[in-house]
Amino acid sequence: MERTTGTFTVKSGLADMLKGGVIMDVTNAEQARIAEEAGACAVMALERVPADIRAQGGVARMSDPEKILEIMDAVTIPVMAKVRIGHFVEAQILEALGVDFIDESEVLTPADEAHHINKWDFKVPFVCGCRNLGEALRRIAEGAAMIRTKGEAGTGDVVEAVRHARAVMGEIRRLQTMAPEEMFAYAKEIGAPYELVKMTAELGRLPVVNFAAGGVATPADAAMMMQLGMDGVFVGSGIFKSGNPAKRAQAIVKAVTHYNDPHILAEVSRNLGEPMVGRTVESMPESERIAGRGW
Amino acid sequence: MKVGVLALQGAFREHIKKLHQLGIEAEEIRLPRQLEGLDGLIIPGGESTTMGNLAEAFHLVEPLREFRRHKPVWGTCAGLILLAERAQHLKRGGQPLLGGLDITVDRNYFGRQVDSFEIDLPVPALAAVASPGDPEGSFHAIFIRAPAVTEVGPEVEVLARIPDGPIVAVRQGHLLGTAFHPELSKDLRFHRYFAALVAGALRRAGNGQRHSIKTLG
Repeated sequence: MERTTGTFTVKSGLADMLKGGVIMDVTNAEQARIAEEAGACAVMALERVPADIRAQGGVARMSDPEKILEIMDAVTIPVMAKVRIGHFVEAQILEALGVDFIDESEVLTPADEAHHINKWDFKVPFVCGCRNLGEALRRIAEGAAMIRTKGEAGTGDVVEAVRHARAVMGEIRRLQTMAPEEMFAYAKEIGAPYELVKMTAELGRLPVVNFAAGGVATPADAAMMMQLGMDGVFVGSGIFKSGNPAKRAQAIVKAVTHYNDPHILAEVSRNLGEPMVGRTVESMPESERIAGRGW
Repeated sequence: MKVGVLALQGAFREHIKKLHQLGIEAEEIRLPRQLEGLDGLIIPGGESTTMGNLAEAFHLVEPLREFRRHKPVWGTCAGLILLAERAQHLKRGGQPLLGGLDITVDRNYFGRQVDSFEIDLPVPALAAVASPGDPEGSFHAIFIRAPAVTEVGPEVEVLARIPDGPIVAVRQGHLLGTAFHPELSKDLRFHRYFAALVAGALRRAGNGQRHSIKTLG
């Protein structure tokens, strides 16, 4: 009777345990404690939240391990951290630190313009962003144990997350109406492995957990993403760039659990103070948008 | 038979699917009033701190304690932590527990996610509920950042332990706790075992009712 670690079952199993929860970006131990107290099911350890990465510009990289360890030390819930797309050595470092989940993230500056990380090489699970079904299934083929929408991080504008969630869910619905021969052609068209396309059609959902991310700023945003069929929500800049982070964080946690109950949503949305200022994605030049990173 | 699954956060849908496979009516529970009419309850895996937080915010802690005093409850992973009378390595400042199982659990006993594992566990008690078509012998158990039971009281029956390691499944009367996730395995035996607990409790309640009618007559 041997223990086996690092299997896809235990990787996707952790993603399953995060469902119905909120994963919050935090930049220090104090914020991590606020997130845990508010009911976050995990935290994302970062040096800068996406809104600041945007504002400051330059190359955005994996956070200082010291920072990540400080956050791992402060809380008992799972800790995630980000690596640049394709930067497998940053991922090796995070795995060595004992991080619970790695986000191969377009929010950081990509390190490889052609290849994502071969995530099968790791015992630690990965989450990756997507804008559509093809992108989601390509990441799963590379070993991602969890998917999230890319949205447009650091904007507080939910429109892109909605676009990406609707794209994935709509494509799955279309897939379910296809004849087998159409499915072969469709797999080729969206650049995804046929086996995963077929599995998705049979399941009627992605083969792994799928969270919303990129622009969620209010309890109503979070509940809308849940009603659109997402399994949970990442909130990045939306909490600690707002007027009352502790209260807003708890309100978003409540909204994700009671996403189908407008009376509770009305109650938790009251008196949350200033939301993050936000920036409409529409007003941004193409060069400032980050969802296009990755392929 | 109607079984609720606490749906504050975590892998509640997997439990509901398993219950449906056994032909048992199952419901998602998020508010106190939804506990009415249930014959049993499953507290799923997820984050125990998140569930504790939401249980407090929506006034579920006392109703859940009252429920587990009288009716069968099964906690898996985070659910096991919530059902424990005593727990180690809780979050700073503590977190609410429902209690009921006279055990001490150590939260995240096995370490972080890279230490999460699968293992075939001998669980002799499952033989009594196995149906044709069920896997035979050991139970394939999935441990995700899992707790373990480090102390048990005299009333607690140990159902499984890691070979040369800690206790990972216990039963005390109508309460059941597993440190692993039967809802993620392709094996219905643990769900059958819990269904048998619920059926037993229903039978006893039925007998009690008949008794009282007789006494009245």
